[in-house]
Amino acid sequence: MKEELIISGRNILHIDPHLELWHWPISLYLFLGGLSAGILFFAALFTLLGKESQFTGAIKRATIIVPFALGIGLLALMYDLTHIMYVWNLYATIRFEAPMSWGAWILMLVTPLSVIWVLGYFKEYFPNWNWNTGILNTISNLINWINVHRRKIAWVLIPSTVLLGIYTGILLSAFNARPLWNTSILGPLFLISGLSTGAAVIIWFSKTHEERRLFSQIDLGLIIVELFLIAHMIISLYAGPEVQTQAVELLTNGQFTIAFFGIVVILGLAIPAILEIFELNGFKLPVFIPVMLVLIGGIVLRFVMIDAGQLTRYLY
Amino acid sequence: MRYAMAIDTKKCVGCSDCVVACQTENNVPIGYCRDWVIETVSGTYPQLEIELRSERCNHCANSPCVSSCPTGASQYGKGGIVFVEHDECIGCGACIESCPYDARFVHPDGYIDKCTFCMHRVEKGLHPACVAVCPTKCMYFGDLDDPNSEVSIMVRTRKHKTLAPEAGTKPHIFYLI
Amino acid sequence: MATSRRQFIKISTLGAGGVALAASAYGLGDSFAKLFDPVNENTGLNLKRFPTYCEVCFWKCAGWTHVNSKGEIVKIIGNDNDPHCYGRLCPRGTGGVGMYTDPDRLKNPLIREKSPNGDRYREATWEEALDLIASKMSDISKTYGPESFALLKHGSSGSHFEHLFKAYGSDTIGEPAYAQCRGPREAAFSLTFGTWVGSPEPTDIRDSKCLVLIGSHIGENMHNSQVQEVAEAMDKGITIITVDPRASTIAAKSKYWMPIKPATDLALLLAWMNVIINEELYDKDYIKNNTVGFNELKNHVQQYTPEWAYGITTLEPAVIRETAREMAKAAPAVIVHPGRHVSWYGDDTQRGRAVAILNGILGSWGKRGGFYHKEKIKVPKYPHPPYPKPEWSWHSLAEGFPLAQMGLTQEIIRASIPEENTKHQVKAWFVSGTNLVSAIPNKELLEKAMNSLEFMVVVDTMPMDITGYADVVLPECTYLERYDGIRSATNREPSIALRMPAAKPKYNSKPSWWMARELGIRLGKKDYFQYKDYSDVLDWQLKKMGTSLAEMQKIGVKNYPRKSGPLYTPDNENLNLATPSGKIELFSQELANLGFDPMPTFTKHKEPKKGFYRLIYGRAPMHTFSRTANNPNLTDLMGENNVWINPKVAKIWNLKNGQSIYLKNQDGVVSSFPIQIRVTERIRWDSVYMVHGFGHQEKQLTTAFGKGVSDTQMITKVHVDPIMGGTGMRGNFVTFLTKQPKPIES
Repeated sequence: MKEELIISGRNILHIDPHLELWHWPISLYLFLGGLSAGILFFAALFTLLGKESQFTGAIKRATIIVPFALGIGLLALMYDLTHIMYVWNLYATIRFEAPMSWGAWILMLVTPLSVIWVLGYFKEYFPNWNWNTGILNTISNLINWINVHRRKIAWVLIPSTVLLGIYTGILLSAFNARPLWNTSILGPLFLISGLSTGAAVIIWFSKTHEERRLFSQIDLGLIIVELFLIAHMIISLYAGPEVQTQAVELLTNGQFTIAFFGIVVILGLAIPAILEIFELNGFKLPVFIPVMLVLIGGIVLRFVMIDAGQLTRYLY
Repeated sequence: MRYAMAIDTKKCVGCSDCVVACQTENNVPIGYCRDWVIETVSGTYPQLEIELRSERCNHCANSPCVSSCPTGASQYGKGGIVFVEHDECIGCGACIESCPYDARFVHPDGYIDKCTFCMHRVEKGLHPACVAVCPTKCMYFGDLDDPNSEVSIMVRTRKHKTLAPEAGTKPHIFYLI
Repeated sequence: MATSRRQFIKISTLGAGGVALAASAYGLGDSFAKLFDPVNENTGLNLKRFPTYCEVCFWKCAGWTHVNSKGEIVKIIGNDNDPHCYGRLCPRGTGGVGMYTDPDRLKNPLIREKSPNGDRYREATWEEALDLIASKMSDISKTYGPESFALLKHGSSGSHFEHLFKAYGSDTIGEPAYAQCRGPREAAFSLTFGTWVGSPEPTDIRDSKCLVLIGSHIGENMHNSQVQEVAEAMDKGITIITVDPRASTIAAKSKYWMPIKPATDLALLLAWMNVIINEELYDKDYIKNNTVGFNELKNHVQQYTPEWAYGITTLEPAVIRETAREMAKAAPAVIVHPGRHVSWYGDDTQRGRAVAILNGILGSWGKRGGFYHKEKIKVPKYPHPPYPKPEWSWHSLAEGFPLAQMGLTQEIIRASIPEENTKHQVKAWFVSGTNLVSAIPNKELLEKAMNSLEFMVVVDTMPMDITGYADVVLPECTYLERYDGIRSATNREPSIALRMPAAKPKYNSKPSWWMARELGIRLGKKDYFQYKDYSDVLDWQLKKMGTSLAEMQKIGVKNYPRKSGPLYTPDNENLNLATPSGKIELFSQELANLGFDPMPTFTKHKEPKKGFYRLIYGRAPMHTFSRTANNPNLTDLMGENNVWINPKVAKIWNLKNGQSIYLKNQDGVVSSFPIQIRVTERIRWDSVYMVHGFGHQEKQLTTAFGKGVSDTQMITKVHVDPIMGGTGMRGNFVTFLTKQPKPIES
């Protein structure tokens, strides 16, 4: 029999008996960050491809939720900061080694751009307003200016949203100390997951059959890639040192197995994929079912990875 | 100059004096601690091995807590001491997540707190409180770059190990075994 | 004066309004919180320091209390010149700050009030409380004689009340430190070497080559300098032989850990003597010149071969021989440690004798690396009239135990029960600094005694369990807030230490010397208290000792040169001991004359029935008895005890690590609270182990209440040592209850 115990009574809040420092706000923040990155990425991409009038769901309507999603995400993050009065320190420096630092700066870039992006379509959202008088006139001028430069904004958004999507995963995978997170696949996985949830939201906002079909195809592709990445993650963790084998057991044969396989993999990925295949073959389904499943899968993935990751460690 | 500590697990009796001394020296609130003591028991009665280790921040040379800090609050001080500048800390917890030793915690006042090797004492030429109080004198503190320091001699002459070296952090607490 | 049933009052039943009032009036917890202001570390130059010696245990290490600019005590550091600690306090000494900051401290004098809905305490002024005690003391003195008022005490404050009681005319005084603890070894060493072992033990561990520990768990008992010396000796390559059914911390560090079957230590000690004598591993000249009764001993131990001992102790004969040779090889730099808490099985003086005899034939007495010749400096008595001679005293109560050298608490307790029909009757108690509930086995008897009392006073800093039985509770300030007597203990060199207040007493607490003096004056004994402040006494005494209060306030500790002769007996000289023969008494005529075995013989002790396990208790390095169980700093390290169970036993009972269970002993007593299981290989399969001092019943101890199980509660069977009256407590057995039993009437 082997015993390993703390005999000096250590029982620190959120640290013992196992780490429970980051909870739902961080999971929500990572989910909303990925989702926003996904929507903005497609909006920027199809703008650059000149499909602005064709894919209005992606470019004009789905993007409306992005500033809100980012705002809620940032509020959740702030809520989790324990020394909030000193938060300005984040923007007093750039530390490339620290994902959280460049993440903060990317958000500093993407969040205003998302607001600008949406603002550019205000006249289309509210065509009946009188845009020629008073303050609305000033805004109208601003909107015109935005639309002149929209392609430039799109060019900036493509790399920055990819970085944002990757960041939500790298943030975790940079933590060598948590064996479950210590895999480079988390970056691509969270990026793909973010794009997939983004595509799903766009499907919801799409009004044309063509757009819906295109994003269903995109989403299906992303789900397949994501499933592949998850398989890859599990296999590579199993191939790792003992601490990682034990870590992945949490997902495959432990307290997170139902959440991970039941909700994330089956309900959040496999079933929506099947439904989308049906739909692409002409089978009619309420659109919200696969969309909701993908979103639930996306958010549960973050919750599982945050919670399970903090349970894994090197020592005792 | 490279501060380090060598801790003799053969002499440690696990009394946890290091923990209380740290608590009263550094105003660590009740319920929190910057150092702690681990006991491992292996074997079957009566063939047993018991190891006692006083643990704390390893003041790693490759500290993930320093590299993961988004503001630079977590930093290296003189002699490689890893410490947190409270006024630069936003309390994001990245350093806590990054530490394979779980050596950090959120102070009730919001900033992240940890062992500082009692920097304020070391600056004055004193030993850290835990070392100064240890009834078995099982802890040795000093400059690893000085070949004549107690800690250098101990690390040179005794069999030793570090904790979770596979985490790649280059820890600077050496356990004499 | 009517005798009434003494209902245990949970001090918390004091009206809620009273608590709130007290809290607001004295800023309860306020400065406690302030202590942890997010300020800088405590090494600022603005810290002031005051000398003290520690009162968290009896080792009395000298240190410096550090006070911040707000006048709050923030840390305590050892005094470098102190031979008790060499500048390093143990966790309890370091955590002594918690004795001061503990928000649960007693805050005001309390007086028991009877009411139809049960007794309760009300807060009283000092004036009222002291007047009441003084009048009761006078009444009892008039009605029964002052001898009927007993003092049960421990620690520094006890000595002030001892003075009061002797002035009052009572020497009915006892402390659990004797009969419940180290008494047997003191009797045994007196018989063999003509002197007590005393405290600190004169063991020359730092220069020893071989240390033998019989159940002694140095490192878990943090007898400070002793632990330090063991560590130092380990650096020098000492061989440690530990005899313990449990893999204690020191067992794990020993070259030989002998996992003995419990209650058979005496068999091993006799077998060791057999090997040393039959293999002629002793110094013949030394034995001839320094001992009496060697031939008798030689004949006596022939029956105790290692093979014989194997059947009893389960220890391999080869290992018994090997360890005996290790001791002989190291002799005379060898110590068979006398132990400290040794009241185990009722034949403890005889076991202590075996330890002493073994040291005798190994020649370790008065030798470097063995036992040094201790010395202390006498503190002059502050002048007072001679004490009146009591008509009877603790001696009279201990008559059945010819070699009792101190008051036997359990006999005082027995004399308090009218049905026991003792020759003398005790009618009232004054309890100071000892939580009898956690110290005295057989709680039923203790409660019966307390129920029979006419009056009972308890002085303590904390609402310990015992306070709930008192008629008057007096809040004492902690050792950090008061002057006390000069510490002068036996050491290699004489040494004294001063204790002075580092802060004003918190709340409405007062020092014991003040209470004793106030009571003395009320009793018309002012002549015995001819001083305004205890510092007057100290200054007078210190000046006689070649220093002064002012100097001691600066240095804290003063060491004096030896006067009694060399630390070790030179090799060409013989021992000159205070025994009747002047030599080491291997054969004790004194014991023979009293009708006891002149040399120890092995007697078999009771073994657990099927399904029961021998209860072994011990110490944790971060706690002292039960007195630290509510200390915020120390409970942070260890908040409750757990029961150690061997994995094989756990498997039989299907018990899991961390599971909470209740314990039931051989007499059907069920623990008041549950205890968590630690399944560990560190304990034998026939025993369970727990740390002493937990399982408090007093709710006002907000941290300690209901945490763990009190081993003392589980000890109802007491095996009394017929020689000196020690209460053997290791003959108790427990079994496990996985479900909560029905509540028991208290």
